[in-house]
Amino acid sequence: MSGSLQTAPDARGHFGIFGGRFVPETLIPALDELEQEYRKAQQDPEFQREFHYYLRHYVGRPTPISFAERLSNYLGGARIYLKREDLCHTGAHKINNTLGQILLAKRMNKRRIIAETGAGQHGVATATVCARFGFECEVYMGEEDVHRQALNVFRMRLLGAKVIPVTSGTRTLKDATSEAIRDWVTNVRTTHYIIGSVVGPHPYPMIVRDFQSVIGQESRQQMLELTGKLPDVVLACVGGGSNAMGIFYPFLEDPVRLIGVEAAGRGLHTSEHAATLARGRPGVLHGAASYLLQDEYGQVMPTHSISAGLDYPGVGPEHSYLKETGRAEYVTATDEEALEALQMLARMEGIIAALETAHAVAHAIKIAPTMPEDSTILINLSGRGDKDVDIVSRALGGQL
Amino acid sequence: MSRIAGRFATLRQSEEGALVIFVTAGDPNPDLSEKLVLTIADAGADVIEIGIPFSDPLADGPTIQASTFRALQHGMTPSRVLEMVSRLRAQTDVPLVAMTYFNPVWQMGVERFAREASQAGVDGVIMTDMPPDEAGEWHPVARQHGLDTIFLVAPTSTAERMKRVAQMSSGFVYCVSRTGVTGAREHLPEEVPQMLQAMRALTDLPLCVGFGISRPEHVRAVCRIADGAVVGSAVVSLIEEEVKAGEQAALAAVHRFVKSLKEATR
Repeated sequence: MSGSLQTAPDARGHFGIFGGRFVPETLIPALDELEQEYRKAQQDPEFQREFHYYLRHYVGRPTPISFAERLSNYLGGARIYLKREDLCHTGAHKINNTLGQILLAKRMNKRRIIAETGAGQHGVATATVCARFGFECEVYMGEEDVHRQALNVFRMRLLGAKVIPVTSGTRTLKDATSEAIRDWVTNVRTTHYIIGSVVGPHPYPMIVRDFQSVIGQESRQQMLELTGKLPDVVLACVGGGSNAMGIFYPFLEDPVRLIGVEAAGRGLHTSEHAATLARGRPGVLHGAASYLLQDEYGQVMPTHSISAGLDYPGVGPEHSYLKETGRAEYVTATDEEALEALQMLARMEGIIAALETAHAVAHAIKIAPTMPEDSTILINLSGRGDKDVDIVSRALGGQL
Repeated sequence: MSRIAGRFATLRQSEEGALVIFVTAGDPNPDLSEKLVLTIADAGADVIEIGIPFSDPLADGPTIQASTFRALQHGMTPSRVLEMVSRLRAQTDVPLVAMTYFNPVWQMGVERFAREASQAGVDGVIMTDMPPDEAGEWHPVARQHGLDTIFLVAPTSTAERMKRVAQMSSGFVYCVSRTGVTGAREHLPEEVPQMLQAMRALTDLPLCVGFGISRPEHVRAVCRIADGAVVGSAVVSLIEEEVKAGEQAALAAVHRFVKSLKEATR
């Protein structure tokens, strides 16, 4: 494998033909400022010290890796390991990024923070760091998601954030993101926009990946300690793709299969899915060129997934690049497969995963039995499922 | 000389400001939309921006977002907008600018879009989410097909970026009056004169100010310091309101309003 994959993006924020900055001129100077500040922070030992201090003492890192012994024995074949991002403070990997970005906002003297959220995990992680560091916080959330993730809405409010329901378009993550960008265009001088995934205009995909790559760095070392070798397969779910980029990135130069799992919703044969890399083609949405679910005229298509965090028609530009170069593979799991995987993991390992994460588990269930017994699969267990118990209970025909 | 440059040259001679009007193609319906453009031209607009609807208009406020969705519901596509332009071109000589986002253009193919737009009679193109930095492919293709490339400059643009916008633009430069999205506002922001002064030092191209300009008095104030004023949301919401009383009412109201805006440029 050439060394070039880890050096992307180029100076203008392009990953091959993907990425870039397709945003109104008003925002370009703010993106320049953010990029400059980020590059300075990367070189600043004080920033790094502070970031790692809070990762350890506030987020609870390093997160452990658990051997899924009963699940592995039941399935046969590869041994399955779980990187426990569900044990991060707030219950998902999202806080790795929001912590890094709030420290950047502090350096840039921006006092107001905005964010978009789908499942609410990024919104909660943003509200959390805003509370901890004393920032004003407003979170845009699609009205449909406000209903299906009511628990997280209440958590954000408890943390002192204002949740703004978005009623335009499909009323999900896509429209929440558009509305957050409109707010940023308007208040760019005083406001920092904490994007929650490896999407958006440069430098966001790079910054979010870098802050999340702590997941892969820890995993690489922990797998060597636990098993004496690197995993054969690394699996992660992909909506925008931040938990996947975070765990993939430190393995890019290793002989490790990287597999991203998208949401096939009610099936790829229907129009009700969110499988951007499987069924989309290159387009521009929310400031970057990347794969996009769109019609023949370039209008963005409505998506569906049982998991609000994967219900998005776009994907991070670096994933498009990893798909094009063949370095990573992208597969899908349906709503039904995710639900089954969630229950199987709960019963056999005592871990209730988020519905997003359950898509990655579903793929492990498919491939583990086909792999040799001395091989290993590492799943990024990106978040816990407390927020989803209501949806899961209804999907299974019950009531809470 | 391009049709846009020609119009600005004439206006300079008569010491008038330019009135630039934006409407979304296909709103409130494709048939009336076409008649509205002719009415707007007849009422004295100097340049008409025709919006090619995109499903996720990031730079637009609620008024133009709503018009975009109405147009899409009526099945507007980039090709249908260009067919409309070609019928309009047979009936009016007013400069027509296509205003859109990059994705619909990219999906049609940059080369094909430029060729077909030019053949249809489009004079210039504005893409709100394409800063000069990303225009490497678009710019030469557009110029080769005789299309003016109109870029936007914002109150946050640095001197270096203003220079880049000036170099890449032709026809006119679109000066965004404020940080924010499109939409009618009560007052003009105070930072506009500074931005215009800085741009004026960099280019001889006409400078048109847009975003939030909604009344004759705004147009009058802008035309004192710039070469033209762009009015969009105010026209779009007038159409939305008046069409409830019927087509003729909408056409008459828009004609009256545009005429009053044009008078303010003199």
